[in-house]
Amino acid sequence: MAEPLLCIESLVRRFGGIVATDNLSLDIAHGELHAIIGPNGAGKTTLISQLIGQLRPSAGTIRFAGQDVTHLPAWKRSHLGLARSFQITSLLRDFTAADNVALAAQARDGHSFRFFGNARKEKGLREAALAALSRVGLADRADVVVSRLSHGEQRELELAVALATRPKLLLLDEPMAGLGATESARMVKLLADLRKEVTIVLVEHDMNAVFALADRITVLVYGRVIASDAPAAIRVNEEVKRAYLGDQHVVTRHG
Amino acid sequence: MLLVVEQFLNGLQFGLLLFLLAAGLTLVFGIMDLVNLAHGSLYMMGAYFAATFVAWSGNFVIGIVLALGATLLLGIALEVIALRHLYGRDHLDHVLATFGLILFFNDLVRLVWGPAGLALPLPAWLTVPVQIIPGVFYPAYRLAIISVALAVALMLYILVMRTRVGMLIRAGASNREMIGALGINIKLLYTMVFGLGAALAGLAGLMEAPILTVQIGMGENILILAFVIIVIGGIGSIRGAFVAAILVGMIDTLGRAFLPDLLRSVLSSAAASTAAPALSSMLIYLLMAIVLVARPEGLFPANRR
Amino acid sequence: MKASSLDYRNLVAAIIVVGLVALPLFSQVTGNFFVLTLFTRIVIFALAAVSLNLIMGYGGMMSFGHAAYLGIGGYAVGILAAEGFGSGFIQWPVALLASALFALVIGALSLRTRGVYFIMITLAFAQMAYYVASGLSRYGGDDGLTIYKRSSFGGVINLSNRVEFYYLCLLCLFGGIFLVWRIVNSRFGLVVQGLRSNEQRMQAIGFPAKRYQLVCFVIAGTMCGLAGALLANNTDFISPAVMYWTRSGDLMVMVILGGMGSLFGPVVGAIVYLVLEEFLSQVTEYWAMIVGPLLLLIVLFGRGGILGLIGRFSRG
Repeated sequence: MAEPLLCIESLVRRFGGIVATDNLSLDIAHGELHAIIGPNGAGKTTLISQLIGQLRPSAGTIRFAGQDVTHLPAWKRSHLGLARSFQITSLLRDFTAADNVALAAQARDGHSFRFFGNARKEKGLREAALAALSRVGLADRADVVVSRLSHGEQRELELAVALATRPKLLLLDEPMAGLGATESARMVKLLADLRKEVTIVLVEHDMNAVFALADRITVLVYGRVIASDAPAAIRVNEEVKRAYLGDQHVVTRHG
Repeated sequence: MLLVVEQFLNGLQFGLLLFLLAAGLTLVFGIMDLVNLAHGSLYMMGAYFAATFVAWSGNFVIGIVLALGATLLLGIALEVIALRHLYGRDHLDHVLATFGLILFFNDLVRLVWGPAGLALPLPAWLTVPVQIIPGVFYPAYRLAIISVALAVALMLYILVMRTRVGMLIRAGASNREMIGALGINIKLLYTMVFGLGAALAGLAGLMEAPILTVQIGMGENILILAFVIIVIGGIGSIRGAFVAAILVGMIDTLGRAFLPDLLRSVLSSAAASTAAPALSSMLIYLLMAIVLVARPEGLFPANRR
Repeated sequence: MKASSLDYRNLVAAIIVVGLVALPLFSQVTGNFFVLTLFTRIVIFALAAVSLNLIMGYGGMMSFGHAAYLGIGGYAVGILAAEGFGSGFIQWPVALLASALFALVIGALSLRTRGVYFIMITLAFAQMAYYVASGLSRYGGDDGLTIYKRSSFGGVINLSNRVEFYYLCLLCLFGGIFLVWRIVNSRFGLVVQGLRSNEQRMQAIGFPAKRYQLVCFVIAGTMCGLAGALLANNTDFISPAVMYWTRSGDLMVMVILGGMGSLFGPVVGAIVYLVLEEFLSQVTEYWAMIVGPLLLLIVLFGRGGILGLIGRFSRG
């Protein structure tokens, strides 16, 4: 355990004149649930996109599981064990829930240049898919087409897809976004369960969820880390209070 | 030397003509997000209108002005009747529908003007060679094309960069909702932009008419070149279309003129004369491939989000 | 609802299969050999449309240059025949290989782009192939190349026999449909369809998108190259005109007309489009003046192609 699971060092991302990620350094330890919070436009999604490989950093390095992944494409990072859920639900809408998850299992399996044989009838894939689905409580919805699932179910399916790639690190981009109170509570319970198995980075606006779940919280403002500490310490941090002052209503309401 | 200057000017003239065609295509795509394959048909119609009106009026200038107006009206009619219903639809729908329009226009022309091509004779004052530098003569008509096209390019630039309409056009290219929010009549703006594109295509067609024959399908070959140009230049970018059009015009013209000789100095004469026509027609596609490898969104990507 | 929509599709497929298989019998009995000639052409274009449907309907790759493979397959047969290689066992593998190679190069370049760029680039590359063929003065250039002897398969099958040739084409079509059917349900096919649906998601769960799309693109190109070899044998002639971009447009129309992303849709599309063309061109010389606006109307008012339409009616 010499090195943290994920090391971000002096990461910079500019969009034209705007600096969205400003010399950001951050370590994520094995097994922790690390929450990243910050007001709107703090650069949280930009950060996630760089971690997952959808956006190229302007400078800095990202190391994952002891390997420099700064310039690896998204699909290779996925094979190393980095998975994400999307802020805006991003599923294969004309596929069933089981198909969505089975494809992730198939990616994990690594043999997709098979041109014959009905993939939907492959036991291994189907079982892996059902396992991940029941993990998030969607087992009975396996054969429903995504576009017919409720919003809450789609958020859970996002999670199941990420899980099916058997990740070492799960990057969750606002998993509670748009969920009602009961659905949110279910999601918090689910995450509380999952954190026992996998390291999680959680970007979330729902402060109750964040403070209930996180081992550590990092506060991002204008692409910079202004604080990174245990929840109790963050709660009383003066700089954090200042950053959020007058911003609180926006933060909690926004989806 | 003589030949080089002449071919260079030919390349410039061809490039400018291509720009007129590509500008309309890229404007319509950038603003209305419409892929219009029938753009080449408007080019063809411009040429047919010109041949008809010049013969009818007996005056080249009057005929051309009438043809320009007719293409403009045709473009507006096309937009109002058919194409405006395609805005916001899938690009594939655009391709299919405007492909249908091409079929229609080709047969319409065959029905009205017959399958044989037309000629558009030049008036005497445009056929004289002009001495451009001592000892080098160049046809007055081609010089006229160059000047007209340059003037139109300049006007387009002023229109897009300096006027209120241009501001709307640029705003539309980057943010469709914004125009609506400003309370501007989008429908009218779109119709105007389409009409402008049609007129530009018609202008290109009627100017090319005296050089080539006016014939069915003339718009299709050149439409592909216009596609290549807006892909190289970056879809939606007028500046990109201009640079790419000149580039394509030059490379195509100079390649056809000098590649055979160039090959002959390397290969055997027989091999060279076999390879040269195929190779020179490949040149611009090679250019496109190179640009794509280096910059998949073209030289001047217009609206990056 | 799902069951009934499947039922009608199976029904349409069954009618097509039976109809196409029985066609030579019909033409024999009635002495109407024109129908056989027409349908040989239709079957060949249906194969091309089926291959286009694989990338367009299932893969979401809107290729506007698919006719290039018709030309490449055809020229492989024509050029080899002109150079004295008459055996189909040489001609056809070369036709397939050449198409695959072309697809590999074009695909690798074109797949760097997406959306409308992809449409235009595939169009432009096919047009390049067209001009190259026009420049082949040794092989007829613009005027094309007459093929004096059809591919010989050493007594296995005689391509000059109308009926035998028809059944060969039909076999190729059914083989193509079978292949597409297996592919779209395979692991590979699911990845390709997933990429059509959401490329970003597929990358995130660990699929290198371009590789799968490129392989799919090559498979489709190769299959269309086979259609090209058949076409050249059917017409005993090959010219740049088969690669002209309006031909690619025709193929697209067939796929969309029949219904994208359905197994038999392209076959329905090819039958309807070519029969309509044949029928209208007998009525009027200006048949395209009718077909053109018809396409526009189909785009504006008809969704999901003919199979979609039948489906809507069958559901009431």
